[in-house]
Amino acid sequence: MSETQEPDHGNDTGASGPDGSGLPAPRAQGPEVIGVRKGMFGAASGGDTSGYGGLVRTVALPGASSRPYGSYFDEVADELEGALEEQDLLPENAIEKTVVDRGELTFHIAREHLVRVARTLRDDPALRFELCTGVSGVHFPGDKGRELHAVYHLRSLTHGRILRLEVSVPDGDPHVPSLVCVYPTNDWHEREAYDFFGLVFDGHPALTRIMMPDDWQGFPQRKDYPLGGIPVEYKGAQIPAPDQRRSYS
Amino acid sequence: MGLEEKLPSGFLLTTVEQAAGWVRKSSVFPATFGLACCAIEMMTTGAGRYDLARFGMEVFRGSPRQADLMIVAGRVSQKMAPVLRQVYDQMPAPKWVISMGVCASSGGMFNNYAIVQGVDHIVPVDIYLPGCPPRPEMLMDAILKLHQKIQGGKLGVNREEAAREAEAAALKALPTIEMKGLLR
Amino acid sequence: MSPITNEEAGSHSSARETTEGTVYTVTGGDWDEIVQSAARADDERIVVNMGPQHPSTHGVLRLILEIDGETVTEARCGIGYLHTGIEKNLEFRNWTQGTTFVTRMDYLTPFFNETAYCLGVEKLLGITDQIPDRATVIRVLLMELNRLSSHLVCIATGGMELGATTIMIYGFRDRELILDIYELITGLRMNHAFIRPGGLAQDLPPGAVDQLREFVKTMKKNLPEYDKLATGNPIFKARMQDVGYLDLSGCMALGATGPILRSAGLPHDLRKSDPYCGYETYDFDVPTTETCDSYGRFLIRLEEMRQSLRIVEQCLERLEPGPVMVADKKIAWPAQLAMGPDGLGNSLDHIRNIMGTSMEALIHHFKLVTEGFRVPAGQVYAAVESPKGELGVHVVSDGGTRPYRVHFRDPSFTNLQAMAAMCEGGQVADVIVAVASIDPVMGGVDR
Repeated sequence: MSETQEPDHGNDTGASGPDGSGLPAPRAQGPEVIGVRKGMFGAASGGDTSGYGGLVRTVALPGASSRPYGSYFDEVADELEGALEEQDLLPENAIEKTVVDRGELTFHIAREHLVRVARTLRDDPALRFELCTGVSGVHFPGDKGRELHAVYHLRSLTHGRILRLEVSVPDGDPHVPSLVCVYPTNDWHEREAYDFFGLVFDGHPALTRIMMPDDWQGFPQRKDYPLGGIPVEYKGAQIPAPDQRRSYS
Repeated sequence: MGLEEKLPSGFLLTTVEQAAGWVRKSSVFPATFGLACCAIEMMTTGAGRYDLARFGMEVFRGSPRQADLMIVAGRVSQKMAPVLRQVYDQMPAPKWVISMGVCASSGGMFNNYAIVQGVDHIVPVDIYLPGCPPRPEMLMDAILKLHQKIQGGKLGVNREEAAREAEAAALKALPTIEMKGLLR
Repeated sequence: MSPITNEEAGSHSSARETTEGTVYTVTGGDWDEIVQSAARADDERIVVNMGPQHPSTHGVLRLILEIDGETVTEARCGIGYLHTGIEKNLEFRNWTQGTTFVTRMDYLTPFFNETAYCLGVEKLLGITDQIPDRATVIRVLLMELNRLSSHLVCIATGGMELGATTIMIYGFRDRELILDIYELITGLRMNHAFIRPGGLAQDLPPGAVDQLREFVKTMKKNLPEYDKLATGNPIFKARMQDVGYLDLSGCMALGATGPILRSAGLPHDLRKSDPYCGYETYDFDVPTTETCDSYGRFLIRLEEMRQSLRIVEQCLERLEPGPVMVADKKIAWPAQLAMGPDGLGNSLDHIRNIMGTSMEALIHHFKLVTEGFRVPAGQVYAAVESPKGELGVHVVSDGGTRPYRVHFRDPSFTNLQAMAAMCEGGQVADVIVAVASIDPVMGGVDR
């Protein structure tokens, strides 16, 4: 796929962006809230004798970082922004957010610019991220308007660096441009992410199921897909499947 | 040297079933059906230290048409299940199945959408072999137990009768959940 | 559809083009014409389906080969026959229990899976620097032993797939020696779950170091036998040389790592380029060849086994007494087991000690075992150089007691994509050699 073929947003499914547009929700710069956790022991019914049932905690992923990022991160960010500007692409349009957390650099990329950013990262001599280690899908049902995340890790053998690209799309319009044209190694990885999460990689040469049988229904590693275990029977006792048991929340 | 020296006329009487069972158990040909971790232990059993050749079974047949024992070694996924059944159907009767390892026997720790919860949903199993993975000694023990079972196998009408009895017994058996007593 | 045009005199059959291809309509009489036109058509496409249950496809790999005579014109892989849903299962167990699952992914490299996972969890917890030295040295020791055993299986089964059963017996013979050591240290031959977030499950048992020294001696004697048996063997070379060719640009494009990348001449090894577990302090070489073929990969594996043995020796010299678990009691599994009198379970004295001395300690133990520790929200990527290449793990936490998402970037999965590039245009028999030189383990590919 070339850069001219941008993904066609919101063309098929009922869009599920917060404003119904099918576009990913705008990104806040602070910590990213992905859910709220209530109680402690996973008990939904019955008396709350412990008092922990009233516990409410928001779950938030680390938010945007401000410069200086430290390590080689500033250099990479400068080079990338410079290279994007040379291509008449405003860096703030492509890079929604930069997060430095636990010594790792993450660029949150707008999906329509993903291919160009990846190509720049691969080809720019000062960047040279030659090796893509595939895509990992993550499903955050609580991250409204940006439920599905595609996470890419790029490694530079020339400079000995590593960085992460993250693209997030809404459940109703799970289209991400394919990176197979830039990193052919992503072929199977994108098929896997499609198989497990239903992320549709536009421009992939043959986006079919890879792990599950072709006629499988649903995307099994999404959070709303049950684990699918069966209760195990022992003498006079039955143990529910791991996802049906009460657990700490 | 042994019994045959003392036989008055060189004849030894036995039943056809026992003779057939003895012949069958002594030359079992396993089909290669390695799936996961257990397959490595199965190969180890065939290799030098454990030396399955001592029991006349080191030759694993690549073709199910030439095999009469299927050692299901590893976790059986939903995608693999039809393949497994097809291989089993291609094997000539009489045939036996060892379910090697806890994943093949019951799904084991992988109680999820992807794994068949016990290969006995697809093919009849003769020996369940626990372990994750079972040691080669355990596999050999299972094979020797299977030999005993084959030795006592029935033929013709008796075979049908035995199958009917086994089915009747299974239908009458108490479900595990209704059993009482200690969890053992 | 064009109308049938066989009204001409003397013609008994006709051909017409449909969307399905050429269709011959036979009206009886002369078959020669059909045979001739079928021969002219040149669509002798034969599709051979190898696997998923095939003795030479290295596990439940399905190869779909389109062949023209003996030449493979197109090759594709069918995978997923061993998909186990491990990544999903992890999300329903606590962080420590995760090692039990990941160790079963690529079942020939259990310690690498465990280490990669634990490095990821430790990075999330921010305790990477607090891991005791002894634990790290033992991790390196186990990983290098594991590299030996994995390469031995690769060479053994690869040889068997070529039809060389001798090398298979040799490989499994030496692997048994390593498995004996695993059994002594972890209690299990495979699927150990020995490396835990924060350190190790246990310290080395008495006698382990002596047995390891003995093993190094034996292995130094045994390793040259592979050289003698295979390296110069003309049949072996004829089967392996220039087969499964993938040059550096192909490797880079397809993301191949490990021996495949190094056989193309690039000495990329995460142990050198992005060191973890203190690998920068060990003295070892990264072997490469320029041949880009299966034979080169075989030579690299042999040399890596020698280098691993060197690292094992260095580890043995570095072992200092000390703890093997992080000091933070909120993470460290508190109970050190004391064997009961019957050789099973915990000793009654030990239980009396725990229960009698401190109720709070018992509560803490109970909470840690049933609930586990919480990991602050965030995501990390940790990678180790497994025998097959870069084994990466992407761990996401939502601040709970269970992983939110764990994704393994398994080197077998990525490397197997190169199968088509290696096999197309070659002979059918060479497909087996090429796949064996990739050394895919389907447990890792499918997870």
